Parts: sequence; structure tokens; C-alpha cells
Amino acid sequence: MHMADALLTPEVGGTMWLVSGAAVAVASRAVRRSADSRQVPLMGVLGAFVFAAQMINVSIPGTGSSGHFAGGLLLAILLGPHPAFLTIASVLVVQALFFADGGLLALGANIFNMGFVACYLVYPLIYRPLAGVEASGFRRRAVTWLAAILALQLGALGVVLETTASGIAELPFTAFLAAMQPIHLAIGIVEGLITVAVVEFVARAEPGLVDPAARQTGRRVLAPLAIAAALISGALSWFASADPDGLEWSIARLTGEAEIAVPENAAHRAAAELQGRAALLPDYAFPGADEAAEPGWSTPNAGTTVSGLVGGTLTLLLAVAIGWALRLRRNRLSAWPR
Amino acid sequence: MNGGGHSLLDLGTLDRLGQGDSAIHRIDARAKLAVTLAFVLCVVSFDKHAVGDLLPFATFPIVLLAVSGVPVRFVLRRLAIVAPFAVLVGVFNPLLDREVVASVAGIGISGGWLSFVSILVRFALTIGALLILVATTPVPALGRAALRMGAPRVFVTQLLSLYRYLFLLAEESRRTLTAYRLRVPHDRPPSWRAFAAILGQLLLRAVARARRIHEAMLCRGFDGEWRLIATPRMSGRDWLFAVGWLGFFAVLRLVFPAHALGLLLVGG
Amino acid sequence: MSHHRVVVEAVRFAYPDGTWALDGVSFELGHGESVAVIGANGAGKSTLLLHLNGILTADSGRIVVGDLPVAHGTLTHLRRTVGTVFQDPDDQLFMPTVFDDVAFGPLNLGMPEADCRARVRDCLERVGAWHLRDRPPHRLSGGEKRRVAVAAVLAMSPDILLLDEPSTGLDPRGRRQVIELLRGFAHTKLVVTHDLDLVLELCPRTIVLHEGRVAADGPSRTLLGDAALLERCGLEVPVAARPCPRCGFAPGLAEG
Ligand SMILES: Nc1ncnc2c1ncn2[C@@H]1O[C@H](COP(=O)(O)OP(=O)(O)OP(=O)(O)O)[C@@H](O)[C@H]1O
Ligand SMILES: [Mg+2]
Repeated sequence: MHMADALLTPEVGGTMWLVSGAAVAVASRAVRRSADSRQVPLMGVLGAFVFAAQMINVSIPGTGSSGHFAGGLLLAILLGPHPAFLTIASVLVVQALFFADGGLLALGANIFNMGFVACYLVYPLIYRPLAGVEASGFRRRAVTWLAAILALQLGALGVVLETTASGIAELPFTAFLAAMQPIHLAIGIVEGLITVAVVEFVARAEPGLVDPAARQTGRRVLAPLAIAAALISGALSWFASADPDGLEWSIARLTGEAEIAVPENAAHRAAAELQGRAALLPDYAFPGADEAAEPGWSTPNAGTTVSGLVGGTLTLLLAVAIGWALRLRRNRLSAWPR
Repeated sequence: MNGGGHSLLDLGTLDRLGQGDSAIHRIDARAKLAVTLAFVLCVVSFDKHAVGDLLPFATFPIVLLAVSGVPVRFVLRRLAIVAPFAVLVGVFNPLLDREVVASVAGIGISGGWLSFVSILVRFALTIGALLILVATTPVPALGRAALRMGAPRVFVTQLLSLYRYLFLLAEESRRTLTAYRLRVPHDRPPSWRAFAAILGQLLLRAVARARRIHEAMLCRGFDGEWRLIATPRMSGRDWLFAVGWLGFFAVLRLVFPAHALGLLLVGG
Repeated sequence: MSHHRVVVEAVRFAYPDGTWALDGVSFELGHGESVAVIGANGAGKSTLLLHLNGILTADSGRIVVGDLPVAHGTLTHLRRTVGTVFQDPDDQLFMPTVFDDVAFGPLNLGMPEADCRARVRDCLERVGAWHLRDRPPHRLSGGEKRRVAVAAVLAMSPDILLLDEPSTGLDPRGRRQVIELLRGFAHTKLVVTHDLDLVLELCPRTIVLHEGRVAADGPSRTLLGDAALLERCGLEVPVAARPCPRCGFAPGLAEG
């Protein structure tokens, strides 16, 4: 469920970075304030645990594919939302760095989809109120299961929204949604069961570990949510004012009316594009701004594209040649006795 | 998104490569981190049909690969492993956007194909650069760099402790899984029930370890604050690296030398 | 100097689950003494160490380290005086690099950075691990980990060293290195171990723990030759203290 850099525009990736970055800052402050020095090693080791857990595959009955254990909700139940969020975020950073899962720009989106959603949306708004402070066995199990499924569904929805809003991939919103949600429902059902079973297991062996945050006030936990909402709506309105068509296009795309909506605004869009050309980054295009049907500024001109391709390929060859030369030189240097 | 054993192996390989020594390894982590970030931002900021303008950016990973001695094959293999998601999502572009936008030797190229190739090029560039960053920089140095660049201390602490115990717990989980496999007749992955039991065990062991680590920390005067000795300043060489590459990216981003070169050769 | 003395008096301790791990333990350590604590698995050895460094608090009884009783108010002082090398070096080396790990203690004590660097270098050189300074701990061998863990404890300049199974999991060479290293320290030492040959080499005196009580306390050579005592406490006579099967010469009795 990792977003990739290649599918994101800087606007979408940057907004998600801002949101996740702000959440990391808020969570860090909260953890520091809590002044429980036991949390430092516990978070570190549990982060490593999530990693270790993800290395074991689970077979999903019926689908034949294998899913992975995401663990956002489990950590929130064991550690409380702030430490859990930081832990998941750190896991995602390491996945981005070591497994190239996602990438640097996509990191913000991934932290949001897999960490923020579970720790700051599902945990405080769904799990906490429904599970109650002294939840009985069955109720807690049911709520945990549903919450785990929901966290994964919302995360998948995030992937779809971010991808379509970026518009690098042409896949229509509804089609992408129709593919992503059921797959993640299947994964979620299994992951939910596992989460329930692990929580039960731990609760039986060491009851003190489960829900230490149960008696915390809910309002502090909602701070990251409020900040995220403000940042996202701020970014949306900023992009909207900077490029009304971009947003309109995105919405049209989301509702599946892209084909109808595009030609109408072609002229308007060309003007916006002209404006864009004069700006600092000439090719900087908002999603869909280059969708115009008519040739002009907005569609890549046939001549420039071909020359661009030829020039680009040549520079690539040149770069490879330079790399080759450097490598040879390096090998010769290191072959000499020092 | 990645299969068990291989990822652990790759983790070890990258970690070992990061501990290596070369002109690139010796550059300050802050400089490398900032340049890589700028690189990724530049690459993704291009128009969705851009291919030609993106290719010159390959200079950066290629030069770094060459100078650092990081095996090319390793980077390519890792790229191939994580490619499926980007490819799967992008592969619909040629089907959905069939408008011909260019023709080479009489064959029309549709916008969809261009944007699909663009996704692949972006993918290879951004992920490649990131892999090279990690293969030439030890993680502790990256953590310090992030700290100096303003990341919250609690978060960096968390990252570095996660990294510290990653290998240990991965090894533990591998052993547990082996023990499980040796006791079941079939060669299937564990059912969710067995999986949950394995996880529960691992989790309790992890918690017990965290407790022992905390005791060891207390014995050495831990008071909740995680202290690190400051890193030395960036040297002239580090600055040269940073400013040089940033300037190079700026030129590629604003002047489009690929276009100019192409125009010279094939004309408008 | 009565200064680095340790007095343990009738200490009893039960874990929260009700296990009595210590059931009235008493002994004294003099300044500069090197004493071994032996006993079967679960005898309470590690629990005893955790009392001496103030991680656990006795349910009853009294512990005095130096001139101060172990209590809440004296913990900071206690942790400067007593250095603990834990059973599993992976629990002890929690920082991202060897250098950072050794610097952790001195920085917590508020030592200025320049002094701290010098201290780290000094301690790593003393254990012969300065060349490992930039390595992450997970890239060290067992013996290297153990040596770095010792350096990290030395960096706090403690007067008393507590060591929990310093030679387990090491190959013969690594074990030898650790023994030589410990032999070189003039500190008051309390060594918990299952390695009875190490005891004979390193500690003139031995305390035998059995089910949370002191079963015997005396010269190592005598105690380790006492087959009946060791048998009763779930241990056995070490090879070095056994009579020679050919000539019947018993080293424990001869030198003890
Ligand atoms: N955290 C704990 N909770 C409950 N009981 C414990 C805990 N740690 C140890 N015990 C129990 O206390 C007793 C003494 O344990 P301790 O770890 O001190 O033994 P030990 O002599 O160090 O053994 P070993 O040689 O195996 O290290 C044992 O019965 C053990 O089961
Ligand atoms: Mg023990």
C-alpha cells in the first residue's frame, strides 16, 4: 500500500509532507512531555517488532495472495496514539530508505495513510469511544476487528485520492477505487483477526500492556487531527485560488466526468498555462492543465517532444559514459597498493 | 510489498554498503540528504509527459554510483523488486490517453505512452537516488543529519533505536518462523491463528527486551533525554558537493539543455 | 578505605507475580575484592545484581554501597559508583554507534563534550576496541560487543563493577580476552557466572546462591572442590578443580 514518488506531483506530495511533518512534531512534543523514560526503548523495540512481523507472510484465505501486518492500530492500543504514530512513522522511514518502498516525496503520504489514519482518526474516533475504558472481551474484540479493517480501508482510500489528485497516472478514480478497496478489505479482515488475536494474547500474558492510554483525555489526541484538517483545507484552497481549473478538473476526475469536463475549459486552461510559462518554473503544470485537446502550449508539441527525447537520450548516454570513465578510474586507483 | 527473506538480505547489504568508504561516503550526510531531496523534488516537478527533459538528471545517480563503487546490479535489482506498484498503476496510461502527441519516423506516439515512460523514468531516478543515498551513508549519520536539519529529537531517537534493534528482531522472527516450519508438515505460510500466536510471542519478548534496555539505560544515568555528541562542521568539500549539484539541477530544471541539444541535432 | 564496601543484609525480594527470587541474602564485599556469585538457573543471581544497582528495591533488608544506603534519594550517586555489565550485551548497547554508546553515560553525567571525547577514546583503548568506534553494534562479534559494553561502563568511572555472565556465548579466545581484561581492573568486582573455571582464575572468593539464599560463602578453591555442596545447589565441580583421573592429584585441595 505504499505510494510511489513517481505517481505524485510536488503539490500533493508536499501537502502530505506538511501534514505528516506537523503530526510528527506534535507527537514528538507530546511524547517528550509525557516524560516516561520507559517509552524510549519500548517504542524503538516495538518499531523493530513491526518490521520483524512484516517479514512473516500471512496467507489470505480465498485470495491466494499474501498480505502484510501493518500494525498501526495494534501499536496505538499498546502504546497510545502519539508514541504509536511516531513508531509507525519511523518504520515507514526505514522502509523508504532500505526497501525503497515509496520514496522520499511519497513518505509524507505513506505516513499519513498508514500511521496518521490509524493513530489519529480510527483510534481516537472509533476505537476509543466504542471499546470503552473497561471493555468486556467480546465487545473489545469486535471493535478492534472493525477498527483494523476501517484503518486499512481509509488508508487505501488515501492512496487512491492522492494518486488521482496528482493525475500522473491516468487511471480513473472510480476504477482505481474499485480495485483498491476490495483488495484491502480482504487484507483488512485477516489483519483485523490477527490484531484481535495478538491483543488477546498480550492482554492475557501482561494485562498492564494493553490500553495504557485508556484513561487519557481525548482532546489532546485530537490536536494532530485538527492541524491536519487545517493544513489540507488550506492547501486545497491555495491550489484552488492559484489554479481554479486544476481543482475543478480534479473534482471532475474524481466524479468520473473527466471526458466531458475537459474540452469546455480548454481556452481558459491555455491562458492559465501561459501564466505558468511566465513563472519561475516554466513547465510547472497543475494536474490536468495539459489535458487540453488543442495543440498549443499545453500539449507537448510534437517537434519539441522528439527533439527533447533525442537530446535527453544523448545526455543520458553521455552521463553513462562519464560514469564508466569514473568507475574505471576508481578501480585503477583502488588496484594500486597504497 | 516485499517477500520475507530477500528484504532482510537487502537490508543487510545496504547496511554494509553504507559502512563502506569512498569519496561519496566521506561527504557530510547533511549535504547528501539535501541534494537528494532537491533531486527528487526537481524530478517530480516536471510535466507528466516529460521524458527527454528527465533523462539528463540520470547524471546524478550515475556519477554517484561510479564514484562510490556501489554495485550497479544491486541498485537495479532492488528497483526491479519494488517496481510493480508504479508499473501497475501507470500501465493504464497508454490505454486511457491515446491522443498522438509526437511522431518519430512516421510512428505516432500517444500521450499515454509518453506519460507511462515518464512514470518509469521518474521511478528509476527517485528511487535510485534514494538507494544510493542509503548505500553511501551510514544510518546513524543520516539520523544526525536529520537532527541538525531540524527533525524533532524524539523522532530521530526513535528512528535510530528502531534501526538498532531491527536486525536483532528480524533475526529473532526468522528463527521463530524456522522453528514453526520445522514442526508443521506442509510448506505453507502460517495460518492467521498460528501467525497471531507467533506474533504475540515475539511481541512479549520485544517488550521484555525493552524493559532490560531501559534498566541498562538507567544504570548509565538516563533521565529521558537522549544525548549525542555534536557532528563536526561541513567542510569545503561538502559545500562544493552540495552547491555543485544544486546548481546542476537548477540548470537542468530551468534551461532544458536536452531540448536545446535535440533542436540542434534534429531541428524544430 | 572503607569507601567501596558493599553490605547486603537479609535482603528479601519477590517479583510482582509472587516468585520469591531473594529470600534473606546477606554478605559483605571489601574494597578491591573480586568475588564470584554462582548458582543454578533461577537461583536469583541476576535479581541480586539488580538490587545492587538500584533497579529493583528490596521488600525487606538493607543494602549499603560505599557509605550510603541504597534508597530513592541516593540513586544518582549509586549509579556513578556502581557500573553494571549486563548479561546480554545487546540490551546494553542501545546507541546507534559504538562511540555514541560509550559517550552515553558521561554525557548523562553532564560531562563537557571535549572531555567526553577524550574519555570515550581512553575507555575504548583500554578494552582494545578503539578501531570499532564508528561501527553500529549489530555489526560486532559477541566478544567485541562484550568489550564495548565493558568500555561503556568504564566510561562512567565506577568504583565497583558488577558483571552478569561476562563469558557466556563467547568462543575460547573471546572468553580469554574478557578474562584478561577483567584481571587488569583494580575495581571491587562482583562477577555472576556459570563459568566455574573463570571463577578459579579471577575470583579468590565465591558466594554460592541457592533458591534465593546464600548456601556458602568462602574461598573459591575450597567451595569449588566441594562436590557435595555443588551437587546440592545444582552445580558440578569444574574440570580444573577435579582430581586428576590418572594420578589422583587434586588441584583445589593442594593450592586452596
Ligand atoms: N521479571 C520477572 N518476573 C517474575 N519472575 C522473575 C522475573 N525475573 C526473574 N524471575 C524469577 O526469579 C527467580 C530468579 O531469577 P534470576 O533471573 O535472578 O535468576 P538467575 O540466577 O540470574 O538465573 P540465570 O542463571 O538463568 O540467569 C527465578 O525463579 C525467575 O523465574
Ligand atoms: Mg541471570
